[in-house]
Amino acid sequence: MPWVLWVPAALALALVVLPVVGLLVRTDLRRVPGLIVSDASLAALRLSLETAAVSTAACIVLGVPLAVVLARSAVPGIRVLRAVVLLPLVLPPVVGGLALLYLLGRKGFLGYVLDVTAGVQIPFTTAAVIIAQTFVAMPFLVVSLEGALRSGGDRYEQIASTLGARPWTVFRRVTLPLLLPALGSGAVLSFARALGEFGATITFAGSLEGVTRTLPLEVYTQAEVDVDSAVALALLLIVVAILVIAVARPRALEGNAR
Amino acid sequence: MKKPGALVAAAALLISGCGSSSGGSESQTLTVFAAASLTESFGAMKTAFESAHPGTEVKFNFAGSSSLVQQMSNGAKADVFASADETNMDKAVQAGVIDGSPSLFATNKLTIAVAPGNPKGITSFAGLVQDGLNVVVCAPQVPCGSATEKVEQNTGVTLEPVSEEQDVKQVLNKVASGDADAGLVYVTDATSAADKVAEVDFPEAATAINNYPIAVVKDAPRTDLAKQWIEFVLGEQGKAELQKVGFGAP
Repeated sequence: MPWVLWVPAALALALVVLPVVGLLVRTDLRRVPGLIVSDASLAALRLSLETAAVSTAACIVLGVPLAVVLARSAVPGIRVLRAVVLLPLVLPPVVGGLALLYLLGRKGFLGYVLDVTAGVQIPFTTAAVIIAQTFVAMPFLVVSLEGALRSGGDRYEQIASTLGARPWTVFRRVTLPLLLPALGSGAVLSFARALGEFGATITFAGSLEGVTRTLPLEVYTQAEVDVDSAVALALLLIVVAILVIAVARPRALEGNAR
Repeated sequence: MKKPGALVAAAALLISGCGSSSGGSESQTLTVFAAASLTESFGAMKTAFESAHPGTEVKFNFAGSSSLVQQMSNGAKADVFASADETNMDKAVQAGVIDGSPSLFATNKLTIAVAPGNPKGITSFAGLVQDGLNVVVCAPQVPCGSATEKVEQNTGVTLEPVSEEQDVKQVLNKVASGDADAGLVYVTDATSAADKVAEVDFPEAATAINNYPIAVVKDAPRTDLAKQWIEFVLGEQGKAELQKVGFGAP
């Protein structure tokens, strides 16, 4: 490796680390525990962990099949679909929230049908938070899985089929096990993204303690009156994210991915 | 080598262009930090002020009052600060970013925003507590939310909102989009969105009036101009523009 790469690499690292250091320097760390244990903060933390867990599960249930289809299918237009899946990464989260509202809001076309036929209203519910989080987090899972599938190739799958395995058996016994490392890292990324989700949630789900006010929304609400407690909550969010990544320790993030 | 040459020429043109335009009358920029609810009225005053002060350009930073205080405390350069409530002006004074004492220039009160034609038949503040009614309010941490809380205390009516939004425009948007049946917003917001929402006034709103203070910012780059802007807002023309969107007199 040419040593000159160290310079931009150090700058890149500094860009990520220094702002967090700035946060720590300006915070009276002794006050942090006291600021975090308020009922509102704990409710927000709990809601965040629960919704992020459910939306990560939703990302896996829906995203794994999507990634396999995108990587293995040869139908025309699949390249366009691959680009479409990335849309939530590009869309400003507030626009994502508006888009969800135009679909599932009371005047949105699907939301209207749900309201009239079943009396179900999605906005302002915890379900809306989960949908918003799944919307923004899913591309992270799909991209890491699809990358793994495509770079791994379909040699093993082909051999399994020539040996007589049915498609479903191939998927279960060959494709899924090959995907596991990438699934780990993809799931952690999705969880982290869901945990930090803000714009789509506040636009689509609203903000109510215990129902839709996740930790990022609580940080925003607190910042209006008490910046110190907002910063303390943000630190809590950072600690939780680091814990999740450290505990899950996905192989892909450790550099052992194929 | 062609490109840099062209760039230099363009830069030279730009510089000489600027020089000649500011040569005649001295051009100056006034920076006003103002609460988001002043967007329409201050926007209307800008034109009149600029024509009364040739060579002057007024630039606005409209945002939540508390965000503006934070921006100024962190070194943002401003000449004038207009807050949507006295709490945030006090914060600015305590943070040492205000020069002199603030003057009150407008008042605002709450109203109920509903869908056009008032399909749910809401007629009073107490009428907001109904089964199956989606009511949206501001969070207690922001001025419109603290006003809402005050009305609840004064009336003994406790609302059960489906969401507590961060600013009043978000409440308005949720009523306008039809996702909320009713929302508590300022009279001025309902007036500026009269094509999207209807207004249901309630007498108890008078028990929670918001006062809008305005002040010169400490170390303002244009102190004199800042004072002139404040005089203009407090003067007849300013009063008329404020009244037009529904503000009351202090």
